Amino acid sequence: MSTRTIRVQADLLATNKRAAAAIREELRGRGILGVNLLSSPGSGKTTLLESLADRFKGRHTMAVIEGDIETERDAERIRRKGVPAWQITTGGACHLEARMVGRVLGQVPADIDFLFIENVGNLVCPASYDLGEEVRCVLLSSPEGDDKPAKYPQAFLSADALVLTKTDLVPYLPFDPGRAAAEALAIKPSLRVFAVSALRGEGVDDLAAWFIEGLERLRSGRA
Amino acid sequence: MHELSLVASVFDLLEDKAREHGGARVTAVVLKVGVLSGVVPDLLESAFEAYKKGTLAESARLEIAAVPVRLRCPDCGGDTVREDADFSCAACGSRRVEIVEGRELVVERIELET
Repeated sequence: MSTRTIRVQADLLATNKRAAAAIREELRGRGILGVNLLSSPGSGKTTLLESLADRFKGRHTMAVIEGDIETERDAERIRRKGVPAWQITTGGACHLEARMVGRVLGQVPADIDFLFIENVGNLVCPASYDLGEEVRCVLLSSPEGDDKPAKYPQAFLSADALVLTKTDLVPYLPFDPGRAAAEALAIKPSLRVFAVSALRGEGVDDLAAWFIEGLERLRSGRA
Repeated sequence: MHELSLVASVFDLLEDKAREHGGARVTAVVLKVGVLSGVVPDLLESAFEAYKKGTLAESARLEIAAVPVRLRCPDCGGDTVREDADFSCAACGSRRVEIVEGRELVVERIELET
């Protein structure tokens, strides 16, 4: 019996990366802008999507894939806005993986403008998993504190945009939106920063306009 | 907290490699884990220890090589290795750096008894 050393050099996320690349290609082919929303639980991802659904109504079409550990609740909230939604319940898994999204993709209408994927509420694990999105947004709500970018750098590093949410609560909290943005920008200078109160409908138009710009870029092949 | 599912992929790979090379037992597994990979080496180790019982790697030792963040600066061409979360060029201070290492999650090599 002899022992041999075998060089493997295999990426453990290779399977996910392949599945994500296939999704990205499919979405680009259909002219759909894929958006992956990351945040802690309760930062307002679903409320933001409800607010975006109101903004886009009659002008742009969207669909939503909801990721949660349990329950169909978020998808039901989105459907009440007249938006098609699919719930992926991970049954304990802390993040969505590309093949979970891939399984639902066939049911997503081919002629929509935006596919939003609301990841499992978790500021750590979802950052490592590409879902084939074009744009990744990380949400940070004012009650969470402005120190989160420095504490969870991976999520902010991997994102294209930072959306500060629940800005209506800022007057009651020791939360400095400027400091939160500065901390995030120190980690990733190219981040686009938006501040929204989805409840009051403030700032959502700017974010919607940015998604529309992204969609136009994608469709003109400049993505 | 998805270390167990990553370890499951490691074992899928071990079985493939053992079959490919006609090996009966895996005696060592060397992983490269970037500090930005989102994976905690201690948890990976516990998951590996729990998973290996009754497998072809039952007596295997796990080595984890931590990979620090390496940044390349497009402004001055500088190369910076960081142990902390300061993503700036050590030479010129630019923050437009590109992360060239530190995200990897790789099975580097294994030792196989044949």
